[in-house]
Amino acid sequence: MSQVVRNRGENITTLGVRADFPALQQEINGQPLVYLDSAATAQQPTTVIDAVANYHRHDHANVHRGVHALSHRATEAYEGARDKLQSFINAASRSEIVLTSGTTESVNLVAQSFCRPRIGAGDKILITQLEHHSNIVPWQLVCEQTGAELLIAPIDDSGQIDLDVLRALMTDEVVLMAVGHVSNALGTINPVKDIIAWAKQFDIMVLIDGAQAVPHMAIDVQELGCDFYAFSGHKMFGPTGTGVLYGREALLDAMPPWQGGGDMILEVRLDGTTFNDLPYKFEAGTPNIAGIIGLGAAVDYILDVGFDKIAAHEQDLLTQLTTRLGEIEDIRLIGTSANKASVQSFLLGDIHPHDLGTILDHQGIAIRTGHHCAMPVMEFFGLAGTARASLSLYNDSDDIDRLIAAIEKARQVFA
Amino acid sequence: MNEFGGMSNDELRDLYRELILDHARKPRHFGKLESATHSAEGINPLCGDKLRLYLQVDAAGNIRDAAFEGSGCAISVASASLLTDSIIGLHERDALAKFEDVTSSLTASAGDVQRSIKLGKLRALEGVRQFPARVKCATLAWHALRSAINQQATPARTE
Repeated sequence: MSQVVRNRGENITTLGVRADFPALQQEINGQPLVYLDSAATAQQPTTVIDAVANYHRHDHANVHRGVHALSHRATEAYEGARDKLQSFINAASRSEIVLTSGTTESVNLVAQSFCRPRIGAGDKILITQLEHHSNIVPWQLVCEQTGAELLIAPIDDSGQIDLDVLRALMTDEVVLMAVGHVSNALGTINPVKDIIAWAKQFDIMVLIDGAQAVPHMAIDVQELGCDFYAFSGHKMFGPTGTGVLYGREALLDAMPPWQGGGDMILEVRLDGTTFNDLPYKFEAGTPNIAGIIGLGAAVDYILDVGFDKIAAHEQDLLTQLTTRLGEIEDIRLIGTSANKASVQSFLLGDIHPHDLGTILDHQGIAIRTGHHCAMPVMEFFGLAGTARASLSLYNDSDDIDRLIAAIEKARQVFA
Repeated sequence: MNEFGGMSNDELRDLYRELILDHARKPRHFGKLESATHSAEGINPLCGDKLRLYLQVDAAGNIRDAAFEGSGCAISVASASLLTDSIIGLHERDALAKFEDVTSSLTASAGDVQRSIKLGKLRALEGVRQFPARVKCATLAWHALRSAINQQATPARTE
C-alpha cells in the first residue's frame, strides 16, 4: 500500500516521489500544477533529464562507427539501454529488442515487414474496437495493400473487449492479431495472456500494443507468449521519439528490413547488400541516441521505485478517483471495467469535454479531452469525446481533491 | 486567490460570456436547411468536432437563409449560431469579408481594437484570444462558411 504522510495536506496518499519530477514543481495560473495527463505523456524524473543532458554534454558521438572515445562511450550507453530494456520485459535475447521511435513505428514495422510480404486475399488480420488509432491504421493500410481482410472484435458497455466474439473470430485464416494491453481511452486491462493462448490454438501471430501498460505493471513477454510487443518511451517517463519493438528472434530473422540505410548493413556493394544481424537490421540510420539513453534511465527509475509499490499506489488512487467522481451529480463514468489501469474517462452533464478542459486548465489542472486517438471507442459510446484523468506514480490524493473541486467550479460556470 | 485562482477568473468569464453561453445552450438556426443551395462540413481534426453549415443563396448572390447542425463545444456551437445570425441577408461577398474580419480578429493580438469595431455582436467571441488552444473552436464554422460559399467539396478544416 502507498504510504500515508503529512507534507502537502492531511493524510495524503502518496509515494513521495513527486520531488523527483521538476516539471511538477510549477504553478499554472497561480496554482500548483496538477498533472493528470500521464496517459498522453508522462513527466520525466531528474535522472532521465540528466542522463540525456549528460550524453549531450560529454558523450555526443555517433554509435557503432567511430574508434574514438566519445563514440565508444555513446555506444556503450546506447547498447546499455538496450540491455536494460531487454531485462525490463524479460526478452530472451538482446537481439529481440528493436529500438524505434515509438509504438507507432513498432506497429507499422510489423505490419509492413512481417505481414505485407506474407498475406493476401483470403488472409485476415484481427484487431478490436478498443484500439488506439496507431493499432488500427497500420493494419488498414496493409490490408488495402494486400487484399487481406481486417476483422474487428467489438467492445461492451463497460469498455471491455467482447471476448466471446474475439474468440469466435479466431480461425486458421487469421495471420496476425493485434490487441492493446491497456486501453488508453478507458484504462481497461485486457486479459492478454488468455487472449494469446486462444490465438495460439490457431497459430495466429500476436502483437500486443503495450504503450499504456509499461508504466503500470511488470511485463514478461516470455510468460505472456506474445510474438511482438510494442511500447513507447514517453509513456514510461522517458523521452519522446523513443520506443521498442520486441519480436521473437526467429520471426525477426525471417523478416525483410523495414528501412534501408546506414547501420542496418554488413556490406554494401553496388550490385547488392548484405544486411546486418538482429536487431540492427531494423535500425537504419543514426538513431535517437540521447532519447534511448534517457529511456534506459527511465527503466532504472521505474525499477527503483518498484512495480509492486507503483501498482498498489495507483490502484489506491484510482479507487479514490472513481469513488469521488461517482459522488458528483451528473458525472457519467466511461470505462467501468473491474480490471483497470489508473485512467478514468468521464463526462460532466452536457458540458463539452473541451470546455471542461479549459476551465480545469485555468485552475492549474491538466487533463486530456477529446477522442484520445480512439475514435472507434467514442463512436461505440456515441460520443465526440470525453474528459480523461490519468494517474501516475507521482500523483497523490491532493491532486484528486483539486480535480474534484475544479469540476465543481466548472459546473458553476455553466450553471 | 479568487474563485478560479489567480488572474484566470476574468479571462474565463471573458471566454464564457453570457451571450456565448446563451447561444451554446440555445443555438439559433440549428438543424438541416431543406432549401439549402450550398453546404459545407467543418471538421476540427484535433477534437473530432464536426458541423455542417447550410446556406440558401439566391441568383443575385444574397444569402437568404442559413442553418447548421452538428456537435461541438460551447465555443464552436455559439460561434456557429452567431455566424448564422450575422450572415442572413448579406451578399456572399460581404459574408466572405466577415469571415476575414472574424478570423483575423480572433487571431490578432488582444490590443488590436481596430479590427473589433466591425464585428458588433461577434465581439463576444473575442475572449478566445486569451485561449490559443480554443481559437480553432471559434473559427470552425467560419471556415465552413468560406467553403460553402466557394462550393468546396472537401470538408473545411481549421488546421
